[in-house]
Amino acid sequence: MKKSYQSQEVNSIYNMKQVIHRKLGINSLRLSLIFLLTFSTSLFAQDGDPVAGKSLFNANCAACHKLDKKMTGPALRNVEQRLSEEEGLDREWLYTWIKNSPSMIKSGDAYANKIYEEYGGAAMTPFPQLSNADIDNILAYTATEAAPPPAPTPGAETGTAQVEGGISNDIILGALGLLFALLAIALFLVNKTLRRFAEAKGVELESTKRTPIWKAFIQNQFLVLVSVIVLLLASAYFVYGYFMQVGVNQGYEPVQPIHYSHRIHAGENGIDCKYCHSSARVSKHSGIPSLNVCMNCHKSIYEVAPETQQEGLAEYGVDYNAEIKKLYAAVGWDDAEQKYTGETSPVKWIRIHNLPDFAYFNHSQHVTVAGVECQTCHGPVEEMEIMSQHAPLTMGWCINCHRETNVKVKDNAYYTKIHEQLSKKYGVENLTAAQMGGLECGKCHY
Amino acid sequence: MSSNKKYWKSVEELNENSSIVETLKQNEFVQEIPTDEFLGDKDKLESSSTTRRDFLKYVGFSTAAASLAACEGPVVKSIPYVVQPERIVPGVANYYATVIANGFDYASVLVKTREGRPIKIENNTLAPTHGSANARVNASVLDLYDSLRLQGPKKGGNNISWSDFDAETSKKLNEIKASGKQIALLTQTYSSPSTNKLVAEFTEAYGNVNHVVYDAVSESAALDAFQAKYGERGLANYDFSKAMTIVSVGADFLGDWQGGGFDAGYAQGRIPKDGKMSRHIQFESNMSLSGANADKRVPVTPTNQKLVLAQLHSLIVGGSVNANALPANVKEAVQKVASELKRAGSNGVLVSGIQDVNAQTVVLEINEALNSKAFDAKTPIKTRQGNAKAVQILISDMKAGKVGAVIMSGVNPMYTLPNAKDFAEAIKKTDLSIYFTMKEDETASVSEYLAAAPHYLESWGDVEFKKGHYGLMQPTIRPLFDTRQFQEALLKWNGNDSSLNEYIKTTWNAGVLNGSSFNKALHDGIFVGSINSAEVAETEEVEQDEIPASNAARALASSAKSNGTELVLYTKTGMGDGQQANNPWLQEFPDPISRTSWDNYLTVSKSDAEAWGLVNEHEATGALNGSYATVKANGVSVTVPVIIQPGQAKGSVGLSFGYGRTAGLKEEMQTGVNAYPLYKDFNNVQSVSVEKATGMHEFACVQLQNTLMGRGDIVRETTLEIFNTKDKHYWNPIPEVSLNHEETPVTSPEVDLWDEFDRSIGHHFNLSIDLNACTGCGACVIACHAENNVPVVGKEEIRRSRDMHWLRIDRYYSSEETFEADDEKKEGFSGLFGDNGSLGGFGELEHPADNPQVAFQPIMCQHCNHAPCETVCPVAATAHGRQGQNHMAYNRCVGTRYCANNCPYKVRRFNWFLYNGNDEFDYHMNNDLGRMVVNPDVTVRSRGVMEKCSMCIQMTQKTILDAKRDGREIKDGEFQTACSAACSSGAMIFGDINDKESKVAKLTEDNRMYHLLEHVGTKPNVMYHTKVRNTTES
Repeated sequence: MKKSYQSQEVNSIYNMKQVIHRKLGINSLRLSLIFLLTFSTSLFAQDGDPVAGKSLFNANCAACHKLDKKMTGPALRNVEQRLSEEEGLDREWLYTWIKNSPSMIKSGDAYANKIYEEYGGAAMTPFPQLSNADIDNILAYTATEAAPPPAPTPGAETGTAQVEGGISNDIILGALGLLFALLAIALFLVNKTLRRFAEAKGVELESTKRTPIWKAFIQNQFLVLVSVIVLLLASAYFVYGYFMQVGVNQGYEPVQPIHYSHRIHAGENGIDCKYCHSSARVSKHSGIPSLNVCMNCHKSIYEVAPETQQEGLAEYGVDYNAEIKKLYAAVGWDDAEQKYTGETSPVKWIRIHNLPDFAYFNHSQHVTVAGVECQTCHGPVEEMEIMSQHAPLTMGWCINCHRETNVKVKDNAYYTKIHEQLSKKYGVENLTAAQMGGLECGKCHY
Repeated sequence: MSSNKKYWKSVEELNENSSIVETLKQNEFVQEIPTDEFLGDKDKLESSSTTRRDFLKYVGFSTAAASLAACEGPVVKSIPYVVQPERIVPGVANYYATVIANGFDYASVLVKTREGRPIKIENNTLAPTHGSANARVNASVLDLYDSLRLQGPKKGGNNISWSDFDAETSKKLNEIKASGKQIALLTQTYSSPSTNKLVAEFTEAYGNVNHVVYDAVSESAALDAFQAKYGERGLANYDFSKAMTIVSVGADFLGDWQGGGFDAGYAQGRIPKDGKMSRHIQFESNMSLSGANADKRVPVTPTNQKLVLAQLHSLIVGGSVNANALPANVKEAVQKVASELKRAGSNGVLVSGIQDVNAQTVVLEINEALNSKAFDAKTPIKTRQGNAKAVQILISDMKAGKVGAVIMSGVNPMYTLPNAKDFAEAIKKTDLSIYFTMKEDETASVSEYLAAAPHYLESWGDVEFKKGHYGLMQPTIRPLFDTRQFQEALLKWNGNDSSLNEYIKTTWNAGVLNGSSFNKALHDGIFVGSINSAEVAETEEVEQDEIPASNAARALASSAKSNGTELVLYTKTGMGDGQQANNPWLQEFPDPISRTSWDNYLTVSKSDAEAWGLVNEHEATGALNGSYATVKANGVSVTVPVIIQPGQAKGSVGLSFGYGRTAGLKEEMQTGVNAYPLYKDFNNVQSVSVEKATGMHEFACVQLQNTLMGRGDIVRETTLEIFNTKDKHYWNPIPEVSLNHEETPVTSPEVDLWDEFDRSIGHHFNLSIDLNACTGCGACVIACHAENNVPVVGKEEIRRSRDMHWLRIDRYYSSEETFEADDEKKEGFSGLFGDNGSLGGFGELEHPADNPQVAFQPIMCQHCNHAPCETVCPVAATAHGRQGQNHMAYNRCVGTRYCANNCPYKVRRFNWFLYNGNDEFDYHMNNDLGRMVVNPDVTVRSRGVMEKCSMCIQMTQKTILDAKRDGREIKDGEFQTACSAACSSGAMIFGDINDKESKVAKLTEDNRMYHLLEHVGTKPNVMYHTKVRNTTES
């Protein structure tokens, strides 16, 4: 069998968070404790509030900076301390830099130019809206000590441990079965004992000689005839059913080379379908997005939020972070160095929706012209952890929709004349796709 | 009732004691069945571990496995780009303007690419500069995917790397430079500003460099004549749309004469406008496309053509040339033509294809004397630059050991040279021979280094079509193989590190563009600069010290001496000079005149054939066979099959170039006979002797019925005089049928069996074909091939009448002098026997005349509104759409072929075999490379289904969808079919007749409009326009 199905059920909802949030949910109490401890020792973090700094950091800086990881910009953990120790720059310098870095570069500041060169001539966006106090807060946040790495997550164990609940049912069923078995034995024993009593008392047990039921059945020719007909009809029904589903791959859910969760992307994160499948607007193909589209986001999202990761391991047995690594390997992205290596290995996705070659289908006609929602044919993709074929994709299914769906003619100059004439001819307000000619053979078969 | 009859199998049985009978009773078979033969070695069988039972088990298992597997869909992998190129959207075609310049065909074209693969060549409508895509250019996209292409550089048959190639060749070139020997560049006509500059730089770098330009089919005489008169090497340009009287003496200007590309202009003048159309008179020996389209055609042998030309010169320009040798009828015709031309004055034009400097000088003279508007010497055509003399000098130099290195590109001298053996000898005496080629062809076998060259769709380049008219060539796909252009190699040898496109850009910015944008020129594919007027003035000076033209005419007349039979070598519309011989589309393309594919042949006039005992026969299967003849000239002898050609001038025979190749071709494509060995001194006319040879040749001819048998309603035609003076009902009547004993027009609704559908809403497509404008060039046939994935079936299948062409161009000859006379003759039949008897009369009508009138008629599915095919389909696989198209659902078809039998136009084609992925049909659909040309929007049909023209529904649907997406109405001209888009002559116009303003809607109202077999009442959506012949001798 070529189709393979994954057995997990999709039944829970959880949040995926960007990496910038990843360390925050762990222990805010501990964070503030560390902050208090460092407060006395740090010369620079005089008056900042790391909690306010954190939200400012996430709002303004996190797109390009991480605390411990070089990204578009440098890692910022203890940046103030580092600058003062290594470059002799004070907080004033940082104020100016953050508020207007380009002018600083222009003015010829040595370190400003150095950092500008180091990061490929990309100047930092100026943040004139940040007050000095805001910057103090952010710096306070950057001065917090790194949290100890999270304890290794007991992924596999929790996976098995969580599948309880069902056991009690099994026990009840088992107990019931046992009860019935005991009852049957008891009945048999009672019967036996009673017979023995009867024998002992000399009671004659009349033995009735009845024809066995199968013999009676065979002798009744009418019954045989009827049951043969029923049997034949039933098997014809099933054979027909079997043959009609040959080549209909509804529910086809192959295992893909990279576990891509539409549930997280389209559901949780609410990314528009056509952001990735952009050619659906203009082409017959919806298009499998090229890997550079993935990298638009995954350049900065290099791992998922810990709870998402937990959930993936627990619910689906999938290590999402490992899947992101697969993407990096395919596209040739060196995450540590933040650059492309040029060594790519294109992903061989398994195509799910296979229309036969003799049927012409055009996405843009349906998506752009008719404004049909993707879900109409593809089902609740935003709930699918693993993408599967929702519709049967048979001709009958196509035609039913063409019969029921009205043509979207509003504001489309192409339809103005033909719709006016045709709707008059058919005496209807709104034409269906079928009335517009959407049932003609040659519209899809050429 | 039982019978006691006894049946005897032999008399032996009468004898009861016969031992034979007894033996036969025991043995079922008279002879022992040779089981050993097909079971093979007995010992081996016995020792085999597979017993019969095992065998049956395997069979059972594999059958079960196969049937189980058939229920499962295959796993389809989809591999997206890692980084998707910005302009490529899967499923959306991109178009690039480029030019083809392969040494024989030069045209500005538009290339349709899908997912980065070029799949179709279209006309560049922005470029009215020169020519348009002919059949060969349309087919050239398939050459890109030729599985026999050279995939990398080679040395002495072994693969080498380009770096080794560079190192070795530069070293050798420098050695040769030091030795002072000649370095020869033997190339095709590039007519390319950048290549010229590169060659000049190469000459500067290496000193003794000799650049020889070689055209396989030479136009040297015309070039020399033009150069002598105007001081510039080029060919006079003609715009036939400006001429009202066109006289051609042996020039097939609708074919490949002087590079071709004149048909669009010609066709413009052929459509009657305000009661006027051009008049075309053709003197020629072979029946050519031009002759077939002419209003008056005079068959004249090549020698007499010279006299005709000389005579015309003396009658028009002045002088007295003795032309008494001409036959009386020709002489009379010449007199009339001369007076017609004189009367036409500047509206007249004369062209000639005689390969003689004097003849070409005379032509220039006459056109100057006429002050012809169609004649243009100021913007000469640059696409033929070959110098026949220089080629021969080069060969003798090479033989003499004077040439150190020969570098060849775009030529195949070992195939195209008449003295190929000399060349083989000569090339051995060079120290270095480098051959830039796409194939391991004839010349590859004698060259030391083979530099794999890219196809033009993978190349950069530029062309000067005409003076001041430029085209840019750009790659439309990354090179499929490890190839390098000749120009890139020159850059390397010149020590220039820039890329070729940079180099071209620099050259253009400096010398061509004059400040215009390079990107715009690249986008348009063309650039028309201003012609330097100073240069023109300069050439006028040269004019004064030329030889007096009357001398040329006299010399021409005196050179007209014939020795026996004259052979006229020509190029076929499908094959050209033969460089595309491995292209199955072109091999299967039926020649417009002979309707024969997969061959070249000797065309012989009927009377000559009778004299030599040559015959053409039809087999019972409907295939054509022909005698072989041996043609001898100058010690060369070739044996060729013969086709008896109506219209062939008596005393002349014709043979085409381009066939008989053997190297670098698939076995199936190795067809025909090589005519180049007969091409002595690059003269296309040779004195030969013809003799019958033994054996019969099997032709693949798609049309055996050559005449219309007086059925003038199929190809309707009239004369200009009648067209102008008489009512439409006289010359283009609507057929009538009897209804209640009253003649009623067939178009009236009461005679119709069917209820009419309302087609007034939405689009209603019609295709109009103007028989006046159609020259029969066949570009539409190949365009249809490419667009609709029409399979190639091969010679054997064509012989069985199983060709798959969705669009064919029927060619008819008249049986009498004219078609009109045919009709009259048929009308005049009375009774079965006797002089006017129909029995003998129809037999006579089957034979074309010695100099017949010719008519071309493109026929594809007529998309009948009352289609006979639709009513007989038992599974409703063919049905009608509201837009007028007759749909064909292949997956529904079960292959009863009822529809084909019920089609009065015979346009339906049945797939007798699976033509794709089948090695029995080794053309292009059986390998991955060849399949890259397949149009992804059209189903590739399988075995057992019927197919036919769909009126390019994929194209009309796309146009509609584009408009819907933009939310706009569709403009006239947006709807196209592959054939109408390929038609440069304007013969095919496609559009929506519900758009009352459209061209095609107006054409339905035209007086000349008629439907094919209208009396059948099929109501077709394809219409024809009556052919009008300008027979008035003014």
